[in-house]
Amino acid sequence: MPVTRGFHRRRPEPERGRLPPGQYDTGSSWPVLSAEATPHQPEESWTFSIDGLVESPHTWTWQELQALPGSTFFGDIHCVTTWSKLDTTFSGVSVDDLLAVARPDPAAAFVMAHSVTGYTTNLPLADVTGGRAWVVWSFDGKPLPRQHGGPLRLLVPHLYFWKSAKWLSRLELMAEDLPGFWEQNGYHDRGDPWREQRYQGDD
Amino acid sequence: MAAWSDGRIIEKDQPTANTVRLRLHVDDRPHHLPGQHYILRLRAPDGYTAQRSYSLASDSDDPLLELLVERQPDGEVSEFLADVAEVGDVLELRGPIGRWFVWDTKARILCLVGGTGVVPAVAMARTARRLGRTDLLRIAAMGRSRDDLAYAAELERHGATLAFTRADADGRSAGPFTADELAPLVDGVDLGYVCGSARFASYAEDLLVACGLDPAAIRVERFGPTGD
Repeated sequence: MPVTRGFHRRRPEPERGRLPPGQYDTGSSWPVLSAEATPHQPEESWTFSIDGLVESPHTWTWQELQALPGSTFFGDIHCVTTWSKLDTTFSGVSVDDLLAVARPDPAAAFVMAHSVTGYTTNLPLADVTGGRAWVVWSFDGKPLPRQHGGPLRLLVPHLYFWKSAKWLSRLELMAEDLPGFWEQNGYHDRGDPWREQRYQGDD
Repeated sequence: MAAWSDGRIIEKDQPTANTVRLRLHVDDRPHHLPGQHYILRLRAPDGYTAQRSYSLASDSDDPLLELLVERQPDGEVSEFLADVAEVGDVLELRGPIGRWFVWDTKARILCLVGGTGVVPAVAMARTARRLGRTDLLRIAAMGRSRDDLAYAAELERHGATLAFTRADADGRSAGPFTADELAPLVDGVDLGYVCGSARFASYAEDLLVACGLDPAAIRVERFGPTGD
């Protein structure tokens, strides 16, 4: 590939291995990206469900979620629009703990995350289990702001951040993979930032 | 999804103090829909790359791709494009991308756009004109002042309604659009398209809903930091 005339790295070289290819450190800012209007449903009336291919479909109220054993993620998030935000802290509950209640059917292999806005995103079940995914309501110790998906969002930090659905209402377990919102609109089905799986057709 | 290709800068100018307009030639470019964007990638001698998305202002039938770049404070890519890149330089491009914030040229739509968020509305207006379907498209565009709003004159020629937040103009006092101003434009549209900064988008979504548009009929493209 050709070098761009006159272009040089201006940001300091990041700690080796910290930033996936093609990403930059956005520092203290946190860009807001969403495809739909921000919903204003109050958290007191928020519910979250796991259904589909599970033995025991379950719905939690906002208060019931808060009463579950908490879990916190410390680390980096990566947006497909090329910013990464390092050293974030999100708190909520581990998806493993929620799935333990709903008990996935052995045939379940994929998950569709649904937002109250109608936004959807698909993930392999393996990407939301094993301590790698959370349902979160707090950022840096404060309630998660609406524009960033509050009161409740999915957090799957090892995949591009569109997989971490804002305004989460439901996880639906499925036997087969189906494309979600951005996946129908040209984006990759898995979205591993370390493999730069940004768009459909990327390896 | 298209692979990376080379784009040569054919024209470069500065529509406002803070923006640069680039028009590029790309060989064998695929068709695009108004509202789609391209990724532009810069490559340093040490192999370091930086890439950013830019909405297209150009219609698909335009022989060149047109992008508007807003200079960001300490923006590694935007300052390079504004200050270093010259006509004749070759940049890597990939696109078109996005199938959501696009106009199918059939729905009746209102674009409520702010600042450099006018760019996709410009593409929609140019495409509407080519197809003879300007009746389907309404545009309400907001900027600080006429001099500060890229494409202001072109948008007016396309029949857009403009509002300036920091300047009185044509008998209108400085300030954002009000619900009274916007309601007639919302009336009868199938979809609302909002494009602008995060702060603008929050304001615009609320205004469209206040004017009676179903939140499910609003498509949003936001850019930039949150400002908090």
